[in-house]
Amino acid sequence: MDFRHSEEHQLLADSLRRFLADASPMTARNTAAFAFPYHIPTLWAGLARLGIPGAFVTEAHGGFGGTPADIMVVFEEIGRNLCIEPLLGTLLGARLLERLGRGDLLEGVIAGSERLALAVNEPQVACDLDHLAATAHRVDGSWRLQGQKSAIYGAPAATLVLVVARTDDHLGVFALREPALIHSAMVDGGGTADLVLSGLRAECLAQDARPAIEEALDLGRLALCAETLGAMSHLMALTKDYLQTRKQFGQALSTFQALRHRAVDMQVDLEQVLSITISAMAEFDGPQRARHVAMAKALTGKLAARFAEEAIQLHGGIGMTWEYPGSHYAKRLVMIDHQLGDRHDHIARMIRADRQDVKAAT
Amino acid sequence: MNLDYSPQEVAFRAEVRAFLADNLPADIAARVADGSPLSHDDTLRWQAILHARGWLASVWPREHGGTGWSVVERHIFAEESALYSAPRLPPFGLNMLGPVVIRYGTDAQKATILPRILDGSDWWCQGYSEPGAGSDLASLRTRAVRFGDDYVVNGQKTWTTYGQYANKIFCLVRTADGKPQQGISFLLVDLDTPGVEMRPIRIIDGSVEVNEVFFTDARVPVANLVGEENAGWTIAKYLLTYERTNIAGVGYATKELARLRQLARQIVRDGRPIADNPAFAARIAELECELEALRVTNLRLLANARDGAASGVDSSMLKLRGTQLRQSLQDLYRMVLGPMAGPLAGTGLAGDLGLPSDAIRAAQTYFNHRKLSIYGGSNEIQRNIVAQHLFQG
Repeated sequence: MDFRHSEEHQLLADSLRRFLADASPMTARNTAAFAFPYHIPTLWAGLARLGIPGAFVTEAHGGFGGTPADIMVVFEEIGRNLCIEPLLGTLLGARLLERLGRGDLLEGVIAGSERLALAVNEPQVACDLDHLAATAHRVDGSWRLQGQKSAIYGAPAATLVLVVARTDDHLGVFALREPALIHSAMVDGGGTADLVLSGLRAECLAQDARPAIEEALDLGRLALCAETLGAMSHLMALTKDYLQTRKQFGQALSTFQALRHRAVDMQVDLEQVLSITISAMAEFDGPQRARHVAMAKALTGKLAARFAEEAIQLHGGIGMTWEYPGSHYAKRLVMIDHQLGDRHDHIARMIRADRQDVKAAT
Repeated sequence: MNLDYSPQEVAFRAEVRAFLADNLPADIAARVADGSPLSHDDTLRWQAILHARGWLASVWPREHGGTGWSVVERHIFAEESALYSAPRLPPFGLNMLGPVVIRYGTDAQKATILPRILDGSDWWCQGYSEPGAGSDLASLRTRAVRFGDDYVVNGQKTWTTYGQYANKIFCLVRTADGKPQQGISFLLVDLDTPGVEMRPIRIIDGSVEVNEVFFTDARVPVANLVGEENAGWTIAKYLLTYERTNIAGVGYATKELARLRQLARQIVRDGRPIADNPAFAARIAELECELEALRVTNLRLLANARDGAASGVDSSMLKLRGTQLRQSLQDLYRMVLGPMAGPLAGTGLAGDLGLPSDAIRAAQTYFNHRKLSIYGGSNEIQRNIVAQHLFQG
């Protein structure tokens, strides 16, 4: 048993942390976070030079890692910095391309010239792929897509959008190069988009790719848990500092037992998020991946939102201001639960799996 | 990062399993498994079996008859013992007084006290809390005044767990005034000393687990002092580090969750197993998430302890979350039964409902387990300890 990062991972974490603190300070982040294309090209180029998108790809496909531990290390730093770059979409797309054997498209990802987004969600589907409605049909030798996709993270800055659509009884994956998007900023910063497919012609990457899609989504969920961890760690430090600095009734807030106890509960929640993320990471390549990822995403979503609410409350009025960085961390920690299935979706996923186990046993 | 046990630890776990499979008496395991009350004799039998194997004193070094186990081995043993439904032995002699005597006792004390704990000749209980000294333990007022070779003890102790089975008590007594922590001594008392009286306290579920102890001019030999006079507070703090072993209760919670799932499939309410009620199923899944996180937190902090890197507040965090989780499990266990939770075990036909024994007692166990967040340093005290660490400097 050893819960320390390897030396290599520690080096990666340290250099990424230093780079982001320098290249993406809060003011620059907030300027880019809420205006098209929700992305800073020089920041992305710097990340590529550090080998970050390359860390999402396994060595077999020319990348620098792609292990669950690599993903955890990178996204913890992304969360600590509140970085808005389209890394989640690129991770989802990269894992899918890898599983579909499209190494040709990964070269640009590793080099930093290709940014990916995955169009899987629909207005009425967030987590359970059984209910996807978008379809793909072959018309005169080419594939045409029908339906609507929503919440495509990072799509406004993406060079390639991968679309999941139904092909008869299967789920296929189709590529669109810079399609026309209905884009918007997210409440917590960064870009998202909806996409009306209405007969768009697309390249078919796979006609039957469900296990690959599930794996990519689970990897994205692991990344979001790690991002939560980084954001919580930073907000914990901000909250602690604030309580020790701010004085009322002639003494620091950190001397009041009611507030001390609430800060302790936040710290313990942070420990639990670290633990459940480690659990999902450790089990990711095993047979229990789906359950451990569901547990991690469900618990992380619940604890992060509670943590954020407490952080705002402990800061008082300052926590309500746009100017204070803590408020943006709190927003991220609440809104992250909405991505790739929230706590209720993943609890439901666990229950569905239990029912199937009971059915199989009887 | 890796969560794997070393090959030696894996082999140790197999050895523990084999031992439990071969040596844990089936009738005792059955009682533990279905939550029936254990008799004192059950506890004595299991203690004797462990003693014969040399596995009784898991926190003592080998030279004193202990196992010499590492923290990880202790964890493995505790985890397997819970999964095999072995009884939990009272910690007072083995995990509390034993380490204190080994660290602070005279050679004569070591020679007389330790073997008698191991062979079951002595059963110790704890005299710490007083009616006026709970969380603020240092304000204790039970007084020991020296007359020649004796202390004369006057005062009252309370919440003395399993005092009814004990023949000895270790006490914190006041031997000097001044700063509260500085005038406390650690004194061993025979319960048959004239002037010592034990009275049971009936608790919320109707059972007797705790007692109050009255001292009226009880004469205790000075030779029964452990460590220096007025150095008792240091000893008390040292003792508490051993009380924290296995404090997260992950093994118990794992077992309790499995039983909860099983019962929820058995019990049908309003036309379907309660497990298929969506609100109930969601609560179970949520607790499973909490338990998995706690399991890994426990391992992380265990690895810290193994590496000599424990923060000093790890056990407080584990106690907080572990007790919250186990109380939530008991809450849900009671809820599974619906109206069947109502009848009081041992009255009328309450035993004849065709339910497992612990299900019949579910509501009583729920009330009993409210103690988890109160004893061993209330959860508020644990938060104070973590806060001290969080806001230091």
